[in-house]
Amino acid sequence: MERVVVIGASLAGLRAAQAVRAAGHESSLVVVGDERRLPYTRPPLSKQLLAGEQTSDDCAFPGTDAVACEWRLGSPAVAVDRERKSVALAAGDAIPYDRLIVATGSRARAWPGDGAALRGVHTLRAVEDALALRAALTAGPQRLAIVGAGFIGCEVAATTRKRGIDVTLIDVAPQPMVPLGPELGARCAELHMGHGVDLRLGTGVTGLRGTDAVEGVDLADGTTVDAELVLVALGALPNTEWLSAAGIALDERGGIVCDATLTSVSDADVLAAGDVVSWPHPLADGAAVRVEHWTTAAEHGGVAGRNAVVDDPAERAAHVHPPYFWSDQYDIKIQAVGFPALGTRLEIVDEDGPRLVAEARDASGRLVGAITFNNAKRLAAYRRQLATEAVAA
Amino acid sequence: MKVRVDMNLCQSHGECVFPAPDVFELGDDDVLRWKEDVDESRRAAVEEAVNACPMMAISIDE
Repeated sequence: MERVVVIGASLAGLRAAQAVRAAGHESSLVVVGDERRLPYTRPPLSKQLLAGEQTSDDCAFPGTDAVACEWRLGSPAVAVDRERKSVALAAGDAIPYDRLIVATGSRARAWPGDGAALRGVHTLRAVEDALALRAALTAGPQRLAIVGAGFIGCEVAATTRKRGIDVTLIDVAPQPMVPLGPELGARCAELHMGHGVDLRLGTGVTGLRGTDAVEGVDLADGTTVDAELVLVALGALPNTEWLSAAGIALDERGGIVCDATLTSVSDADVLAAGDVVSWPHPLADGAAVRVEHWTTAAEHGGVAGRNAVVDDPAERAAHVHPPYFWSDQYDIKIQAVGFPALGTRLEIVDEDGPRLVAEARDASGRLVGAITFNNAKRLAAYRRQLATEAVAA
Repeated sequence: MKVRVDMNLCQSHGECVFPAPDVFELGDDDVLRWKEDVDESRRAAVEEAVNACPMMAISIDE
């Protein structure tokens, strides 16, 4: 096996490249990235970077210069030829591979209607997006409207309220942070209201107003939210369209259909890592899952990188870690492990002021996930328990 | 080797506790405790902890 090519130069791609080398692969290793920057960490983009507490340099991953690989940055991969085993880049050249690791991540879902290009309408995914939003927030606007009350929307609401800017947080769902379930979603709603956020829940957005610059957001309930800035935070789409013409199986939401070892079911020489992967998880009874969180991207990179240098697919290792995610909003650290949304009931088992512990169980009473507010030690204990169960499953 | 944690960055995710439980520990107050002087034999585990930290708060002094 001569050459490993990693497509995607963010967290999953970086960890994959490091794992390929750590596993003893000594010949060619190429990492392709569409952004011009070396890999950087994204969680601060909606928090510390947006708040001005960190710079873009602070977000750069350390250790990238120690990875013995060729970085091909600034040009996305646009096609793969599986017969010739070659990947075409937008810049025009083709890179041959023996093993391919796809770690192309996701992009922010744009506003689907008119007005997406109005001045003052933002999305948040890359460093440049965060710097543009930060510049706009420091230019003296009075009002920010956020369309979508998920992770990005809620975190940006919290960061922006610290600047004293009026924030309206809008979602078609009846609660913010849907993955937390209705009960904890209600706690999040209280948290944001307590910090002066105007919550508009259970109502969709029908349009963005404005001719050159955005002036407001029209809601399905007939009201209008005036705002000089709008953040569209409608979630993310996996960057996998470029693979479909090559006959690499994608699921209905664009995830690359993989087995438990993160190997494409269409091609044993194609592996995947991070947001793009759809793979069967033991804690979901073997159902396919797709996870868009930091820790899973890091773990996937390690597994896919090690597996890529194993020739016999039967000897590759499965990825069984329970997913872990977090969100920082105001002075609350929300942490979760496993698949809380797969539970049939969520029970708050401990509560002490802003600290909270909740367990998600399925119909048989089996623990499938846990969520804590400001209780990292308890969350770590659940994580250990679920990791043990996942290995045993 | 010396293990450093920048406590201005640490946010008690506890990622480091899994690869190297003998080096890192979350206290009952959710504040991280760790051993500064760690035997060379644990380097691989500590490097794993360095890579697992979402806040990039952990470093190793040779």
